[in-house]
Amino acid sequence: MAGRLTSIVDLERLRDEILAKRQGRRFISVSNGSDGRTRGSWEVIRAFVDEIEKQGLEKEVEVKSTGCHGFCQMEPIVLILPEGICYVQVKPEHVSEIISKTLIQNEIIEQFLYRDPVTGQGITHESEIPFYKGQARLVLGNNRFIDPWHIDDYIALGGYSALAKALDKMTPEQVLDEVKRANVRGRGGSGFPAGIKWETTRNAPEKIKYVIVNADEGDPGAYMDRGLLEGNPHGVLEGLIIGAYAIGVHEGFVYVRQEYPLATENVIHAIEQAEEYGLLGENILGSGFDFTVTVHRGAGAFVSGESSALMTAIEGKVGEPRPKYIHTSVKGIWERPSNLNNVETWANVPLAIGRSADWYNSIGTEGSKGTKIFSLVGKVKNTGLVEVPMGTSLRDIIYDVGGGIPNGRRFKAVQTGGPSGGCIPEQFLDTPVDFDQLTELGSMMGSGGMIVMDEDTCMVDVARYFLNFLSEESCGKCIPCREGLRQMLNILNRIIEANGKEGDIELLEELSEVVIDASLCALGGTAPNPVLTTIKYFRNEYEAHIKEKRCPAKVCKPLISYYIQPDKCQACLICLRNCPAGAIHGGKGLIHWIDQEKCTKCGVCLEVCPPRFDAVAKLSGEPVPPPLPETKVIRKRVAQ
Amino acid sequence: MKTVTLEIDGKKIEAKGGMTLLEAARELGIEIPTLCYQEQLAPYGACRLCSVEIIKGERSRVVAACVYPVEEGLIVKTDSPRVVSIRRMLIEFMLAVAPRTKVIEDLAARYGVEGTRFEAEANLCILCGLCVRYCAEVKKANAIGFVGRGISRQVAFLPEIASKTCMSCRECFSLCPTAKIPRETDGVCFLDLTVDDFLSRQSK
Repeated sequence: MAGRLTSIVDLERLRDEILAKRQGRRFISVSNGSDGRTRGSWEVIRAFVDEIEKQGLEKEVEVKSTGCHGFCQMEPIVLILPEGICYVQVKPEHVSEIISKTLIQNEIIEQFLYRDPVTGQGITHESEIPFYKGQARLVLGNNRFIDPWHIDDYIALGGYSALAKALDKMTPEQVLDEVKRANVRGRGGSGFPAGIKWETTRNAPEKIKYVIVNADEGDPGAYMDRGLLEGNPHGVLEGLIIGAYAIGVHEGFVYVRQEYPLATENVIHAIEQAEEYGLLGENILGSGFDFTVTVHRGAGAFVSGESSALMTAIEGKVGEPRPKYIHTSVKGIWERPSNLNNVETWANVPLAIGRSADWYNSIGTEGSKGTKIFSLVGKVKNTGLVEVPMGTSLRDIIYDVGGGIPNGRRFKAVQTGGPSGGCIPEQFLDTPVDFDQLTELGSMMGSGGMIVMDEDTCMVDVARYFLNFLSEESCGKCIPCREGLRQMLNILNRIIEANGKEGDIELLEELSEVVIDASLCALGGTAPNPVLTTIKYFRNEYEAHIKEKRCPAKVCKPLISYYIQPDKCQACLICLRNCPAGAIHGGKGLIHWIDQEKCTKCGVCLEVCPPRFDAVAKLSGEPVPPPLPETKVIRKRVAQ
Repeated sequence: MKTVTLEIDGKKIEAKGGMTLLEAARELGIEIPTLCYQEQLAPYGACRLCSVEIIKGERSRVVAACVYPVEEGLIVKTDSPRVVSIRRMLIEFMLAVAPRTKVIEDLAARYGVEGTRFEAEANLCILCGLCVRYCAEVKKANAIGFVGRGISRQVAFLPEIASKTCMSCRECFSLCPTAKIPRETDGVCFLDLTVDDFLSRQSK
C-alpha cells in the first residue's frame, strides 16, 4: 500500500518501485473471471498457492488471479509469465506437476497444451494459438497481467499514466480535442462519436453535470463489458476520470447490471483503492481536479441499458425510457447534463490520450477507429471474447479466430448487435466489420454480440426468439413498441405453428415500419431488425413455413415429424424403450413405427438410434408414410 | 424564453420557446389526435397518436407532438401519409385491446379504419396511464400504478392505499378513456374491501 499520491512524480516513483520489486520474478496468471470460476479456476489458484508455499518458491513465483483471458472455452487457462507458456483446461491435480516441471525444470508439459485442431500439435505459447493470433488485444489484453484487486498491477502496466498526462500536460479542451480527433466512437450501440457527446455536455449551461459508465450489458450471449469490468476495472475508471476532466464534471456513476456480482465487487474495490491512492477524490494527483464515483446496481431490466431509462433508474425511479428530444447529454440525471458511455468506450480513452490520436487513428477503417471486442458465441469452434481491429472481415473473425463451424456443418448466418441487430448471410462474410458497414447490411455493431448460426438454425425461429425477448424486456410504456411487438410475435408464432397466412410477411413488414417510426426509444426503434433482416435475406424460409408448412431447417416442432424408415430399422427396441411418450410401436423383430398422434416431437428416438442404423428421420412439409401392415414387418437382424 | 418561428402544415407560427408542437398546433387551430395527453398532467408520450413528421434540412422523422419542443425553422406535418398510416395502425392495435369503446371507435371512424387485422385480446386497458399519473401528480395518492413490463404490463390498484383512499375520490373513473375502471370497479365500496378482495378482483 503506497498511501496517497500527491503528484505525478509520486505516481512515477511508485511505478518504478513496483517494477523494481518484480525484477526477475515469474508469474502464474490464472484466468479467474465469472466464466473461469464456473470451471474451477479458484480451486486451481488455491492449489498453486499451496504448492508454491510447500516448495518455498514465494520469493520467485507469484500467482495472479486475473480476469477473463478471452478463450472461455479453454478455461481455466494458466499463463506462465514472462515466457507466455499457456496451459489450458487445467485442473488442481495438474498443479504440482506444472510447478515441478515447468517452473523448476523449465520443461513443457505436452499434455496440458492447447492442441491445434488441424495438425493435432501442442502449442506452447499463447501468442501462437490460432484463436489469439488474429487478434489485437489492445484493451482486453491487459486482463492477463492484472489482478483486479491490486491497483499496483495496473500501475505496473503504465496504468494511470494517460490520466497523469491529461492532468499535467493538457487542458480539458485539449483532451476533448484529442478524443474528437481520435474519433473514438461509442461501443455500446450506434457508434456515436464520444468526443462530440462530451462536448455537448461540456457546453451545457448547468453547473452540476455527471459522467456515467453504462455497464448494463443485457444482450443475450454478450459479455464483453463484464470481461473488462471484472478483469480491468481501473482501465475503465481511468478513462472515466479523463472524461470527467475534459467535460468538467466532478461526480460520476457506474451503473452495473444486477446479474454481474463479480464486476460490481471488483469495480467497488477498484474505486476504494483509487481513492486511497489519490487517483479519485479531491485534488487528484495534486492537480486541483476533484472527482468521485458511485456504483449503482441495476434491478434486472434490459431496457435500463437505454440511456434515458438508465438515468431514470439512477434517480431512484423505475427504469423506463423518457422522450429524448432534448439529449441526455444536456438534460439527464435530475435534468442535469449527463454524459453516458459504455464500459468499452471508456476503456478506449486511456489509449487515445496515453498514446495519441494519431496512433489511435492508425488502427481501423476510415470511419471506425481502434479495435472492437466481440463475444463470439453460437455454432463456432472457438467461443470467447475476441478483440480485433475495426475493419476485420466477418470471415476472419469466424473462421481464423473462431476456427469455423463445428461438426462439419455449413455456416448460415451471423447475428450481430444483439436483439436490436440483424442476421447477416454468407454472401456478406467478407464485409469488413465496422459501425457503418454493419448498419448498411441492416444489422448493427451494437455492443458487440456475435452469434454464429449453422444450417440447422431456422431463421424464422431466430426472429421469433429475439422478438419474444424484446416483447418481454420492453418497458411496455408506448403503444407501438408494446402492441406492435405483441402482434409481430403473434404472427411469428402462428407461422411457426403451421398457421401462417398469405400476407403475413407483408404484415410483418408493415408493422415493423410503424414500430421503428413511432416508438418512444431505441429499443422499439430497432426491435424489428431481426425480423426485417431475416425476411430480407431468408424470405424463402418464411415462404416455406407459410405456403408449404415446411421448416427447411427442421427446427419448428409443429412443422416436423419423426419417422422410422422401415428399410433401415433393425428393430433393436432402443428408441421404443426410450420414447417418453410411449408413441413407438413394434417389438422384438418387428419394425418400429411412430404413432404421430402420440408423438411429442422430443427427438429422443433420433438421438438414441445407433448411428450405424440411422433409421430415424425428421420430415417437414411432406406426409409421413403410413406404417407397414404388421404381417410384413418381421425381418431378420442383419449380421454385423 | 425567446420566441421561435416554425411552420406547421404550411402555416407559420411564432411560438414561445419551451412550448410543445402539440400546443403550438392547437394555437393554430390544428387538431392532432391524442389519448394519453391531459393538460393538467406532465406530457407522457406513450400513445403516440400525436405522432407528427418533422423536417430539418434534408432529414425527416416522426416525433410525438405532445413532448417535442418547438424549434426555430422546423417544418411540421401533422397529417402526412406517413403519420396517417402510423395512426391507423395504432388504432388497429387499440381496437384489438379495447373493442366497442367510443373513443377508439370515433378515432377509427375519423381515420377510416374499418376493423382490426389483429386478434381481439380485449382487456380494455390501453395503458395510457391517465389514472396512474392523475393519482400521482394531482391527487398525490399513488393508489394506482403500473405492474410488470413489456406485453405483460398492466395497471393495478395498490390495495393498501386504495382501500383507504379510493372510495372518497373516484376521480380516475371519468378520466379512463375506455371506462375500464368504472366498469370493473362499479358499485363497490372500496372501504369495505380487504387487501385480499382487491387482489382477487384484479386478477380476474
